[in-house]
Amino acid sequence: MDSVGKRNVLIAIFLSLAIVYIIRLAFLQLFDDSYLRSAQDNVLQEQTIYPARGLIYDRNGELLVYNDAIYDLMVTPDQVKNLDTAEFCRVLGITPEGFIQRFEKMKRSKGYAPYREQLFEKQLSIQTYAAFQEKMFDFLGFTTIVRTDRKYKFSDAAHVMGYIGEVTDRDIEKSGEYYRMGDFIGISGVEKSYEEILRGQKGVSYVLVDSKNRTQGRYKDGLFDTAAVAGQNIELSLDHTLQALGEQLLQNKIGSVVAIEPATGEILALVASPTYDPNLFVGRERGNNYMKLLRDPSKPLFNRPLAAPYPPGSIFKVLMALTGQQEHVLTPSTSYACHHGYMFVGCHPHSSPLQLRGAIAVSCNAYFCQVYRSVVNNPRYPKAEMAYKNFHKHMASFGLGKKLGVDLFGEGGGLLPTSEYYDKIYGRYRWQATTTISLGIGQGELGITPLQMANATAAVANRGYWVTPHVVKTIDGKPNPNPEYQNKHWTTIDTSYFPIVIEGMHDVVMAGTARIAQIPGIEICGKTGTAQNPHGKDHSVFFAFAPKNNPKIAIAVIVENAGFGATWAAPIASLMMEQYLTGKCDTRPALKERMLKGNLVHKNDTSAATTQTIKR
Amino acid sequence: MIQAQQQPKPSNVDWLTLALYYAFVITGLLCIYASVYKDTHPMIYDTEMNYGKQLIWIGISSFLGLLILMVDEKFFYAFSYPIYAITILLLLAVLAFATTVKGSSSWIEIGGFRMQPAEFAKFGTSLALARYLGGFNIKFKHRKVQYIAGAMILLPMVIILFQNETGSALVFGSFIFMLYREGLPGYFLFVGFMMGILAVLALVIPSLYLVIAIGVIAGLFTLVIRRNKQNLLIVAGVALFAMAYVSSIGYAFENILQPHQKSRINVLLGKEVDLKGAGYNVQQSKIAIGSGGFWGKGFLEGTQNKFRFVPEQSTDFIFCTIGEEYGFIGSVVFIILYMLLLWRILVMAERQRQKFNRIYGYCVASILFFHFAINIGMTLGLLPVIGIPLPFFSYGGSALLSFTILLFIFIRLDSNRQNELRGAFD
Repeated sequence: MDSVGKRNVLIAIFLSLAIVYIIRLAFLQLFDDSYLRSAQDNVLQEQTIYPARGLIYDRNGELLVYNDAIYDLMVTPDQVKNLDTAEFCRVLGITPEGFIQRFEKMKRSKGYAPYREQLFEKQLSIQTYAAFQEKMFDFLGFTTIVRTDRKYKFSDAAHVMGYIGEVTDRDIEKSGEYYRMGDFIGISGVEKSYEEILRGQKGVSYVLVDSKNRTQGRYKDGLFDTAAVAGQNIELSLDHTLQALGEQLLQNKIGSVVAIEPATGEILALVASPTYDPNLFVGRERGNNYMKLLRDPSKPLFNRPLAAPYPPGSIFKVLMALTGQQEHVLTPSTSYACHHGYMFVGCHPHSSPLQLRGAIAVSCNAYFCQVYRSVVNNPRYPKAEMAYKNFHKHMASFGLGKKLGVDLFGEGGGLLPTSEYYDKIYGRYRWQATTTISLGIGQGELGITPLQMANATAAVANRGYWVTPHVVKTIDGKPNPNPEYQNKHWTTIDTSYFPIVIEGMHDVVMAGTARIAQIPGIEICGKTGTAQNPHGKDHSVFFAFAPKNNPKIAIAVIVENAGFGATWAAPIASLMMEQYLTGKCDTRPALKERMLKGNLVHKNDTSAATTQTIKR
Repeated sequence: MIQAQQQPKPSNVDWLTLALYYAFVITGLLCIYASVYKDTHPMIYDTEMNYGKQLIWIGISSFLGLLILMVDEKFFYAFSYPIYAITILLLLAVLAFATTVKGSSSWIEIGGFRMQPAEFAKFGTSLALARYLGGFNIKFKHRKVQYIAGAMILLPMVIILFQNETGSALVFGSFIFMLYREGLPGYFLFVGFMMGILAVLALVIPSLYLVIAIGVIAGLFTLVIRRNKQNLLIVAGVALFAMAYVSSIGYAFENILQPHQKSRINVLLGKEVDLKGAGYNVQQSKIAIGSGGFWGKGFLEGTQNKFRFVPEQSTDFIFCTIGEEYGFIGSVVFIILYMLLLWRILVMAERQRQKFNRIYGYCVASILFFHFAINIGMTLGLLPVIGIPLPFFSYGGSALLSFTILLFIFIRLDSNRQNELRGAFD
């Protein structure tokens, strides 16, 4: 090969390498954008701007939940210089061993790098923070950052307001990565069900960082930054004074109170007892307190008014009276004799025979067993199943046997047996009214939650309709946008059948079993119940609404294992209605005193296991 | 007339080469500036910073280059052996009084200035080789000539290996291109190329499979060639050598290379994924270049280099800045210009009348190409990380000075060719 040929061979070698490199460059720079993304991951750091969480008020504008600053102490190990460890520990209130422990723990944690800011101590007290601020210039490398946590102004309504806590991996995944590790999220109550409204929208600020994670300036002068949008404020339908009174009255008792404004379905009070102080779920002891409450045998975390199923007792008699009329097997003048009971269902002494109004007033078991029998054995239907299905339909139209759809988590559906349920037990066409007669007086295979009881009471008060109960009245000053909370659910009972029943309920308070519930100047309609409980003493039940015309409050009270409805439940309901309707509760100090002091928990140790379970 | 021969006329200087040289050093300076620039405190000029020092080195280099252009061209011919001897002595001196910088003990410190004699050994060896091979009556096909030339290359190479500067030592292997031009049979290039391929295969595939594969290929060969005794012996010999070579690669890899070299190779072969350790440089380098896209991010807009994600960004990984800030288009222009320079040097070499000049020209082209190939290949993640600078671009006084001297000596030699021509006619 001649010399020029050899030169050309070399040039060819050079050029082929150059072409290989150009192809490689094309792959890196033109066809693969993963490097561009990696480059952004390298230098772009998203700094989250946390919005203020929405505040929570009661229906009268009383602030219930607000935000409070908490201070975390951070350290960048590389920047710690000439630290006076003894002084540092003194200011922070930790031991030198604790100081070393914290550093060692930090070094073991994921993502540790000496040039990166690390969490040294969570949630300093305000005093420590102040002391630390004064000394900060001595402690190079240490800084404090401010975050917000929830504060609850009062210790009541914990089950309604709920609480917040750090997100779990599942939360992060479910939210499509909206949350980051360490973010707070609503865990129960309104905090959970209105999380997306309360939390607002996080803002993002992009900053450029170098290879040592040091900030080098804003990315494109903040072109892509977004501002944080503050969470919206929420106004609860709760009346805080009423709620607080309810919780005081149920002190040392196990039970529930639900009060509803009948026309709107707004929940005025939702009392669970035992309960807990929502401020236990604030700050650094959050986790420990949660475990303590979880292990507490009295189950303070259990949301009784929403979830606990009770035998409904007398509310069912009222509904029976309405159903009977609707099915034309009962008129106000129908009378049945009571021979101290019906079949195996006993009854208490009272005059006999009675017509409908009187039967309600004295709560005659025999009378309503007869009504139930006539409804289920109605000759208009060829089989008891069909009649029962009809009965079931009427009961379900009051919201029994299914979840109502309240805007809180943990609601239970109660139990309203279907005809298929009895078919399964007794066989198809093998049962009739007498087989299931105890339903007539609200016993047997029935479960109704306090919320359902209050809701059914509201339906009676409204003469035939109810609005799904809810606890949030307005969001950011505008009415709760959920249409469910405005729609009227009409029951299957004609309005015309209500007055006679309501008169009967009025009689209960004026002359019947609940005379103790009378409030001067206010017409109250109510009904006591003494729900039999196979696990112990009967539950004391009372439900009522007032005033009789144009009712403003419907209330259901259940005190577990407390005996007669008139003993505990009726006075408590009465005191609360007085509070709500007159704005104060001071006309019957002796009664109030007795209710406040009443201690049923320590008397009934056996019943600490709370509600009976009727699930089979 | 004699006077006129000694002083080169400006018209005889190869202005294209000179222009490319200045284009490269100035672009390099901008890249070094970009790699230390910060939005928060823009700097105008600071001799404390890399780019300030580099500017001083460019000044010194230009002065030296001018000086070289003024020197009588006979000087380089006459002093080629002494210069070679001095660089060898300097290399030995380094072994004795080395200052260790980043694990390599190739630096010598004189009055606060650090220099790397290995850089100067490149043009020293080139001059000596040109002198020897360009000598009257020297034919490369003679065994003796081959041995002497080989020894002249191996001597500095071995000393530099002892200084732990594997990269610089490998550069001396690039003389194979020059030797090819001067008579080394072409199959040496082919064999060298094949040995490289086999070495890579031996590291990726278990050597047993490779030995079997070689045997099978050799067997197939015997089917297609004329099966006389001589041919069969050649095939068998080559196959046996290849098998032995392949088997020894694994051993050499495990026992001769240092751990960091092993892991660099393993990272490249994809056998080791260590993005925080050995693979970090290359990964960050690829990210920087890859994020440049077609048009690049623009001068001083390259975030990866600016914020120090790429280690050694102003020295060995300077090409990352080009890739990131000037994108695909800038990188391709850079490669084309570099090829233009190499092509120009080869064209100039071939027009020399004197063998000395031509051989020296080929040495320059070989060295520059080798640096380009290794350096760019490394930043693109195609070759293992071997720390050698990109000529004229990388930050560093020794490197810039030695490449300037290397190139300017050739420009000086070339500028005289017309005088020689005239002299020949005279």
